Amino acid sequence: MSATAVTVPVRRAERRFGELGLGVATLWLSVIVLLPLSAVVAHSLDGGLGAFRDAVTSPQATSALRFTLLVSLATVLINGVGGTLIAWVLVRDRFPGKRVVNALIDLPFALPTIVAGLVLLTLYGQRSPLGINVAFTQVAVLLALLFVTLPFVIRSVQPVLIELDTEMEQAALSLGAGNATIFRRIVLPNLVPAILSGAALAFARAIGEFGSIVLISGNIPFKTQVSSVYVFNLIESDAPISAAAVSTVLLLVSLLVLLAIRGLGRWGARHDR
Amino acid sequence: MTVSPRWRIGLRAVALAYLGALLFVPVGLVFYRTFEHGIAAVWASITTPAAIHAFQLTLEVTAIAVPLNTIFGIVMALALARGRWRGKGVVNALIDLPFAVSPIVIGLSLVLVYGIHGWLGPALTKAGVQVIFSVPGIVLATIFVSLPFVVREVTPVLKEIGDEQEQAAATLGAGAWTTFRRVTLPSIRWGVAYGVVLSVARCIGEFGAVSVVSGKVAGETDTLTLLVDKRFSNFDLAGAYAASALLALIALGTLLAMTTINPRKEGDG
Repeated sequence: MSATAVTVPVRRAERRFGELGLGVATLWLSVIVLLPLSAVVAHSLDGGLGAFRDAVTSPQATSALRFTLLVSLATVLINGVGGTLIAWVLVRDRFPGKRVVNALIDLPFALPTIVAGLVLLTLYGQRSPLGINVAFTQVAVLLALLFVTLPFVIRSVQPVLIELDTEMEQAALSLGAGNATIFRRIVLPNLVPAILSGAALAFARAIGEFGSIVLISGNIPFKTQVSSVYVFNLIESDAPISAAAVSTVLLLVSLLVLLAIRGLGRWGARHDR
Repeated sequence: MTVSPRWRIGLRAVALAYLGALLFVPVGLVFYRTFEHGIAAVWASITTPAAIHAFQLTLEVTAIAVPLNTIFGIVMALALARGRWRGKGVVNALIDLPFAVSPIVIGLSLVLVYGIHGWLGPALTKAGVQVIFSVPGIVLATIFVSLPFVVREVTPVLKEIGDEQEQAAATLGAGAWTTFRRVTLPSIRWGVAYGVVLSVARCIGEFGAVSVVSGKVAGETDTLTLLVDKRFSNFDLAGAYAASALLALIALGTLLAMTTINPRKEGDG
């Protein structure tokens, strides 16, 4: 960074090495990810625009998409509140076993989704030792999504809370503010960007989730069927064009959420200063 | 601490109750259900030929996907953190696609390229290569879903350490490869390790994308997660639990590796 005479030969050597690497890496990304995804979009129009419209506006497709969006939204709201609370407890509270609890938060990320479905069915299914049986209901889908998206908000809020200075809160307390006021006026505003970006990631995950839902939902059309399971059924019943059409809609939703996350990131960075 | 003890304990109770009901009790119950009829039955169930084959296939697929994505991840992270090139923002956004796209859509996308009616299907059939409903399809699906992990772990570490040491090495006459091997790689090794652990967990656990492309031929294209699904659907609940417990143990091992690596990774920066 100091003298240009020093950096120039470095840059040149690195550039040649870097250009080749970048070329290979971009090719890898294109072949593995972009080529297949563009095949989905292209194939969705193979039957013409009319067939595309029929596939995505069929009663079963719209009902599945509506349920997917609503249950994902409910998931994000509950885990937004719950995740913020858990993050607060893990950062500000002290109790025996806290480190173990903290490590186990990531279990839903590490556990295969099909196992997650079986896990929930064990406690909340037909053989439930608690006598609570929600299998094959919309509540079951909500439970599965709450499980798999649990870590997102916690892991996004935790580092912000750790960095957050308690001095402001102490000042507010000494000025006579109550707990609720301090949380609402001081803690929450600092956490909002982190909560929103964690929630957006959780939303993206919930929209596309399949493994944890497939066992527990019962896949009842117009009731517990989500879009990903609907697409799976279309593939199994050999309707690839309809499957591609519904998938294209799901892809669009994913892209929108990704864009929202990038926007949130920028907004959060600006908010920091 | 601004909250009174009574509030603090109340909030703690609510948080732990939520975690208990959603996470700890269900996972514990699966282990209880697995071992309630004794360990011998579990052992017999995870050592059937089909189970052993599924386990081997899962490990093989992981052993192919993780090294390839690790090399890609390091190269791409270097390009993103060090390089200045057109389209960087777009590529940076596209890398996250496998995290956001439904596994079922990923599976379908591979069928539409490599299946018999796919873009490359006729050419592959002529060459006698079967990708879909065969092992190569499972490998491709696994590479797809685990692609972003190493890039996403290594890029911030590279940005954090800066390039001063690399420049110093180069001024002292080290070539690009030597600089990378002796200076860059040692300082990003814990970031790489963390990314590899996350990739391994995802590769072993992938279900949705794999279930679309595998065809589920017993003893040929069944991975461990597909075996859980198949046993559950065939009312072999004990068998499904045994395979699930094995996967859950792998997941717990992953968590252990993550907590061991994480502090070192942060200590590096």
